[in-house]
Amino acid sequence: MDIRAQVSMVFHLDKCIGCHTCSVACKNIWTDREGTEYQWWNNVETKPGTGYPTRWEDQEEYRGGWKLDGDDLKLNLQSKIGTLGNIFYNRRLPTINDYYEPWTYDYDHLFTAPEGDDQPTARPVSLITGEFMEIESGPNWDDDLGGSPVYAANDPNLEGLSDEERSQMEEIQRVVFFYLPRICNHCLNPSCVAACPAAALQKRGEDGIVLVNQNQCRAWRMCISGCPYKKVYYNWSSGKSEKCILCFPRLESGQPPACFHSCVGRIRYLGVLLYDADRIEEVAKSPDADLVEAQRGIIQDPFDPDVIGSARAGGVPEAMLTAARQSPVYKFVKEWQLALPLHPEFRTLPMLYYVPPMLPVLAKVRDGKYDVADSDAEGLTPLLTSLESARMPLRYLASLFSAGNEDVLTDVYRKLIAVRVYKRGETVGDVTPEEAREALIMGNMTAGEAEAIFRLTALPSVEERFVVPPLGREAAVEEQEGDTYTHKREAGFGTRTGPARRW
Amino acid sequence: MFDLVLFVAFPYLAVVTAVWAGIYRYRNDRFSYSSQSSQFLENRLLSWGSAPWHYAILLILGAHLFALVIPGVWGSLISDPVRLDILEVTGLALAATALFALGLLVYRRLTTPRVRAVTSRADWLLLVLLLAQVALGLWVSLFFRWGGDWYLHTAVPWMTSLAKFQPEIATVTTLPWVVKLHMLGGFLLIAVFPFTRLVHAVIVPVTYLWRPHQVVTWNKRPTRTD
Repeated sequence: MDIRAQVSMVFHLDKCIGCHTCSVACKNIWTDREGTEYQWWNNVETKPGTGYPTRWEDQEEYRGGWKLDGDDLKLNLQSKIGTLGNIFYNRRLPTINDYYEPWTYDYDHLFTAPEGDDQPTARPVSLITGEFMEIESGPNWDDDLGGSPVYAANDPNLEGLSDEERSQMEEIQRVVFFYLPRICNHCLNPSCVAACPAAALQKRGEDGIVLVNQNQCRAWRMCISGCPYKKVYYNWSSGKSEKCILCFPRLESGQPPACFHSCVGRIRYLGVLLYDADRIEEVAKSPDADLVEAQRGIIQDPFDPDVIGSARAGGVPEAMLTAARQSPVYKFVKEWQLALPLHPEFRTLPMLYYVPPMLPVLAKVRDGKYDVADSDAEGLTPLLTSLESARMPLRYLASLFSAGNEDVLTDVYRKLIAVRVYKRGETVGDVTPEEAREALIMGNMTAGEAEAIFRLTALPSVEERFVVPPLGREAAVEEQEGDTYTHKREAGFGTRTGPARRW
Repeated sequence: MFDLVLFVAFPYLAVVTAVWAGIYRYRNDRFSYSSQSSQFLENRLLSWGSAPWHYAILLILGAHLFALVIPGVWGSLISDPVRLDILEVTGLALAATALFALGLLVYRRLTTPRVRAVTSRADWLLLVLLLAQVALGLWVSLFFRWGGDWYLHTAVPWMTSLAKFQPEIATVTTLPWVVKLHMLGGFLLIAVFPFTRLVHAVIVPVTYLWRPHQVVTWNKRPTRTD
């Protein structure tokens, strides 16, 4: 056992209202510079939809992540020799057209236009070339277009669905979509790190944050192709790759990342997970159907004396272990098994987990009346059958969250439904205790668990949502530079000179 | 006297500049050591230009260095007329490929507004120098045949003598001016190397081949006690 700590995340999709406050908070802090205007380290996608960059999930095209080749785990992109061979031209690189060309407007024209018969307009100006341009796409271009034939129909996750399931999602009166906020997953087995020939991408041992060393990046741009989530971005101006840094400067001063802190729906949870680093490869090699279970298995119980002993022996600080025991992420992912990794089949072991959204049930228009399926049925039936009569096919969600394993999702939804029924019994009163018990049995949980899930979902305080471990910044400075006093006066974040071309 | 400046002082100056400025830049501004790829902004033309250019020029450069460092082996390699023919034709083909591909890359920078926006003056200087050098090289190989042979008896002794700090320029001063320009052009490129994006040529990430896939950094790697 080689126990390490990982700062991990849970996004509760049921609570996401798609307001993009997280994206804006991130942009204002980190990506408001030349070359990063198009980068959204945090973005919120509409699902079904093609996402950002367009069709990022299509690994036939982008070759991100890992693949199983017999007993070997190989980069989907290319071999190491292939990396050097393809270094002059990367066939799998998305271009700026797959994101969008950043622009501003010629506002000056509104003031300087000569008098005329028409209102002057502010034409869009490209932030790259400075020339007038036609806007063809932009941030969240397919926002809320869950039923659109142009965007939603091109979602790679729809490929496994039958025609009936597809039409079920697309029929105009039943159009259904949800939001998927995405940041870097800070994976345990990051393929961006593995793809970088210059070793510029690194995973921090103490907290698992994946970073790009700006002084070591040489613009070989393999990380962008290597990351299956397309969460490494190329700064076209400075010629360096950049990515979400999980606001480590904020974490190191005890604050949650900006996107977490600003989240209006309070969908985000942050906490420490302990994992066994010796088992990463074994877990990443699991068959598709077992990936979620295997990934749960690598996460270790922070209350287990053996785990604690091994962690201490490996140098995990006591404060980190304390944080791991209070971690809301541990509860959602391991204890309650409600949160699932996004696209585990990429085999990078992502450390951002999602509680899937509750599904709206099928409805029919009958005699001019909009009727929810089973609404005439007696008692609990409409609630309990909401999984079977869901408008969003389970297969679609399984393609996103469980590498196609629908049983995993069924278990999650049975629990979510059980919590809903149980709490309805308490607050609305139209559910009898027997029926509530029946729901809890279906969800395989106790009343205490249902209550705890409800509390952490609906009523958590800031301290319960974000358990930021002390990251030992002072100790790190002493270790690296010797003198904390000098460091305090001289150091900041970033480079001493601006990140621009100078030669 | 002028020949001494051109063929002794200038090469030394070029190499000293390259080494000194290259190290200075690496130590003081490592951020700028980058290939500055513009593939993200333009993909299609680059695919036809970049890979052929790099492979062709690396092979040509490799042949130049090979004959310079181990002239004996090169000499025996070309002693057979068939082999000499093959090398001559291959060289010509590679030079033509390199020139075409580089021309395409220049065209791309000129005509694609997005790429032009990220092109600096140093980039243009480098492109012009490279284009001139490759064109001269192709010219020399077309009109002064069997360069694979006479290179051994002209440029190689000259550069070897420079490396030994016993400059001997007699073998090169009488050559046609096109050939001389190509030789000096080579040293001019060495001199400008540290001031341009050409620095990416010395940071080829070969260590990737034996590095483990994952890179984990620690402030201080804990030593396990169990």
